[in-house]
Amino acid sequence: MARKKRKISEINSSSMADISFLLLIFFLVTTSMNVSTGLSRRLPPPLQPNQKPTDIDIKKRNIFIVKVNSLNQLMVQGQEINVRQLKDKAKEFISNSSNDPNLPEKVTVEIDLIGNIEITKDHVISLQNDVDTQYQAYIEVQNELVAAYNELRNEFSKERFGKLYSDLTEDQQKAVQSVYPQKISEAEPKNYGGIKDGAN
Amino acid sequence: MARIRKDEKREAPALSTSSLPDIIFMLLFFFMAVTSMKEVTYKVKVTPPEATELQKLENKSMVRYVYVGKPTAEFKKVFGSETRIQLSDAFADISELEKYVVSERSAMKEGDQNLLTISIKADKDTRMGVITDIKQALRRAYALKISYAAQQRVSY
Repeated sequence: MARKKRKISEINSSSMADISFLLLIFFLVTTSMNVSTGLSRRLPPPLQPNQKPTDIDIKKRNIFIVKVNSLNQLMVQGQEINVRQLKDKAKEFISNSSNDPNLPEKVTVEIDLIGNIEITKDHVISLQNDVDTQYQAYIEVQNELVAAYNELRNEFSKERFGKLYSDLTEDQQKAVQSVYPQKISEAEPKNYGGIKDGAN
Repeated sequence: MARIRKDEKREAPALSTSSLPDIIFMLLFFFMAVTSMKEVTYKVKVTPPEATELQKLENKSMVRYVYVGKPTAEFKKVFGSETRIQLSDAFADISELEKYVVSERSAMKEGDQNLLTISIKADKDTRMGVITDIKQALRRAYALKISYAAQQRVSY
């Protein structure tokens, strides 16, 4: 008996489009495109239990003290100022372009790609806040300080390489970073409870 | 000689839709790739502070979040209206943070462990005492890369 050859019928794929549309719409709805943004920081490593916080001897001219109290008021180098003035103050301090003896010392350092340059290598920005400081105020201060560094780096990159800092190559960025190293130090928290602000 | 054919009807051929699934699939894959599902359900209310010098958080798989804020309305009865910390899906005490970071880190690949970033998503009205405690706990856990979550400031 001769067998009839059976034809395999093709799978109808016209509904494929519908299925993929459904999936597409599902992902469209659930997608949240927002990228999380924030201020990146690096914490100092913890103190060893038997290690006492050492008082590193820093010359007075090299230190820039920023204090924020519980009412979110700002005191910089003994002066009460507004947050909006902080950036310019910090820039003036970090760069010390006029070689002021009250601003941080300039040290000649050799840096790859740039050569010998005078920088304020030992400057430190010390940030102290109160237990009751509002988070927003703290972030604002951090933001202004980072902005000061970013502006200085941008200015230097423009002058030296003719480009913005973000457009430089990795090596160039490293070099600019070592011209203006970020040195923001936060005070070790004190045992609060007993002593309120103003005592130190 | 060329002949003008008048009798034959000229019809535009039907538009082929066979490539439609492919196009849709391409779109689908695009959205699948860029989608990030909501990380957790918030149990605390967080309105991030505003800043201008923001950096994008890259490598989302390396980021763990710490939420700080006041409990939302439905949890107020149980947890009060004081600032609380939320780790992944539950309220947590400050003392649990260190353990959480260590266990999250050991769950990561060995080579990635030092890339762990902790993003502190805190409400802008939080008191710094809480944040300082968190920072100290993170230091003890050697999670030194942190990021303060903030949103772009539109105007002063």
